[in-house]
Amino acid sequence: MRTTTLKRPAKLSVAVLAAIAVILAGYVASTASAKRSENVTLRVDLFGDFGYHELYKQFEAAHPGVTIKEDIEDYATHHANLAKHLATGAGADDVEAVEVGFIAQFKSEPQYFVDLNSLGAASLKSQWLPWKWQQSIAPNGAQIGLGSDVGSMGICYRKDLFQSAGLPTDRAAVSKLWPTWQAYINTGVKFEKNAPKGTFFFDSGSNVFNAMIGQLNPAYYDAKGNVIVGTNPGVKNAWNLTMQGISKGESAGLAAFSTAWNTGYQQSTFATVTCPAWMMGYIQGQAPKSAGDWDIASVPGDGGSWGGSFLTIPKQSKNQQLAYELIKFLTSPSSELYVFKHTGNLPSEPALYSNPALANFKNSFFSNAPVGKIFTTSVKRLKPQITGPHQGDIQTASSNAIQRVEQKKQTPSTSWSQFLKDVTNVAT
Amino acid sequence: MTSTDNIPSNIPGNIPGVARLSMRERLHRVDRKASPYLYVAPFFLIFAVFGAFPLLYTAYVSLTNRNLLSPGTKFIGLDNYSHLLHDSYFWNAVENTLGIWVISTVPQLLLALWIAHILNTKLRGRTFFRMSVLLPQVTSLVAVALIFTQLFDYRYGLFNYLLNQVGIGNVDWEAGSYSSWIALSVMVMWRWTGYNALIYLAAMQSVPDELYEAASVDGAGGLRQFFHVTIPMLRPTILFTVIISTIGGLQLFTEPYLFEPLKQSGTGGSDRQYQTVAMYIYEKAFGGSEFKFGYASAVAWCLFMLVVVISLVNYLIVRRIRSAE
Repeated sequence: MRTTTLKRPAKLSVAVLAAIAVILAGYVASTASAKRSENVTLRVDLFGDFGYHELYKQFEAAHPGVTIKEDIEDYATHHANLAKHLATGAGADDVEAVEVGFIAQFKSEPQYFVDLNSLGAASLKSQWLPWKWQQSIAPNGAQIGLGSDVGSMGICYRKDLFQSAGLPTDRAAVSKLWPTWQAYINTGVKFEKNAPKGTFFFDSGSNVFNAMIGQLNPAYYDAKGNVIVGTNPGVKNAWNLTMQGISKGESAGLAAFSTAWNTGYQQSTFATVTCPAWMMGYIQGQAPKSAGDWDIASVPGDGGSWGGSFLTIPKQSKNQQLAYELIKFLTSPSSELYVFKHTGNLPSEPALYSNPALANFKNSFFSNAPVGKIFTTSVKRLKPQITGPHQGDIQTASSNAIQRVEQKKQTPSTSWSQFLKDVTNVAT
Repeated sequence: MTSTDNIPSNIPGNIPGVARLSMRERLHRVDRKASPYLYVAPFFLIFAVFGAFPLLYTAYVSLTNRNLLSPGTKFIGLDNYSHLLHDSYFWNAVENTLGIWVISTVPQLLLALWIAHILNTKLRGRTFFRMSVLLPQVTSLVAVALIFTQLFDYRYGLFNYLLNQVGIGNVDWEAGSYSSWIALSVMVMWRWTGYNALIYLAAMQSVPDELYEAASVDGAGGLRQFFHVTIPMLRPTILFTVIISTIGGLQLFTEPYLFEPLKQSGTGGSDRQYQTVAMYIYEKAFGGSEFKFGYASAVAWCLFMLVVVISLVNYLIVRRIRSAE
């Protein structure tokens, strides 16, 4: 699935940092057997902050002569630039992050990437969720990326707004309000009845729609790689439920990740938002004053995922072996655990899910919600989805289609048929 | 002393000295003929590398099915162009571009003329006002677009707040077709009106006073003088500003691109209500996962031809100003 301009502000807690540093030092020492002393600069190109800064320092300490430089661009620019750099054969960094919304497209051109199996990644396979490992395997069998985080899914909600609308505020009771998406939409109707003026049940129809799509398998593509948007009843059902919510006045109609959407957080315009693990960092960054007002409940339906990334090495890199050691380190269990604690990005490695440091982790910003438990439960229930090369374009088209209805420019049925037409256009 | 030493040595050297002179003369002639070309060469070299070559290469790419990511480019003749003629989103972009161009350029140039006229009178603090109208020009284009986008925001924008105060209610500037065109035109006008006003002002100052005196003697009032002396004398300048605004207006990209809530795909609104041709090129080439370079190049060439045609039409229209004299 596609996310936009993910900002993952690192909130460093010194105490945890110190504890993790000890674990890391041990890990680095064990991988430091590769004795290198030449002066090499490794460049890492990411979108948003992945929370790697302390980890770079660890790696540099274990590899004398190695300096790591990080480039950060926003989500869309990053992937467009990566395509340009690969096509022209110059300009790509030694390590390039690729988001899951783009992985299908890049892996269909594996000639641009180092096959990590040739550097020994095959022996690490059991470290990742099987579907995460599978997602970055090219049609020719090459493994082009190591998994960093996975999206997972919860519903972040405003306790204060729920209270004034007469809804329960306890997270267990709230989770019970919406076992299904239909129940979620129905809860919205109850919310709107007594909600404070100018507040809406959810931020934007496309976020709700994408969360439902994220639980489907198949969704936009079938196993043979055909686009099945128009014939998949699951997609139509998600569309209908979204339309139902919009027609009941539940949507604030703020395009996700827009400036107005960010303002919406500060102005308490909406009461719920579909919440992948990395969204926690985003909310904390956007509305630091709302600490304690937010809580996290489980997502309707069957688990889910939104976002998540891979670290790849372009073939044009001059330091492939060293870059491989770096991404192996950055995606190691201890590194992923470190990142989770500091930025909230959920590890893609199941062994960590039962690790007490993760499973018992609570987030104080979100009323001490047991986020470790909520997100690992969700990701374990997730049925992985087949994605295709134009996943991102289809999602852009769907967001535009939903917005047309939110802006009252079109009726749901006109907008749906224009959406299908757009999908045919991009997929051919 | 030295002169006596030099005289004998000069006499035998006379003949080669003459030869050297004519040589120098020849060089001088070459210099006079060639150096002007040499002096302008840097421009043409740079133009050849960064102007002509991309232009011609784009023409070549537009005849292929080139895709940024997939290797294997095939020559497909005019297929891209014939596909383009039936592409409703392309024609939608053309319509938007022309619409935004008209409602931003026409009022802008009229306003600039008016401002220039006022600045040309004996105003107190003239220099201050002349400097101020140019101020928007020195601000960053991106900053202008981002700030105006926030001012035009549906829920939290300043303009809607003011409209609410006078009881009109919120306008969803970004969602509507005409409202989004107006919003974009305001951005363009804010930035370019002062620039054009200063150009007009410079031209007005070079109009000989005798013409105005003669007109006064003939009994022409201020307004008549403006329309029958100033405007005709400004004709070349008006032509220049019209052509420049046409070229700029038809290639409008930054303002509409940053006006989008997400600023990434280049679709220009949920229903492409303000997608310009330049944005459509971006969408096809970089905006999504299509990377259709061949097709985007064909769109780029169509835009180029559109600019040429419309500039010619403008030229013909502006030429008629003299006949109104």
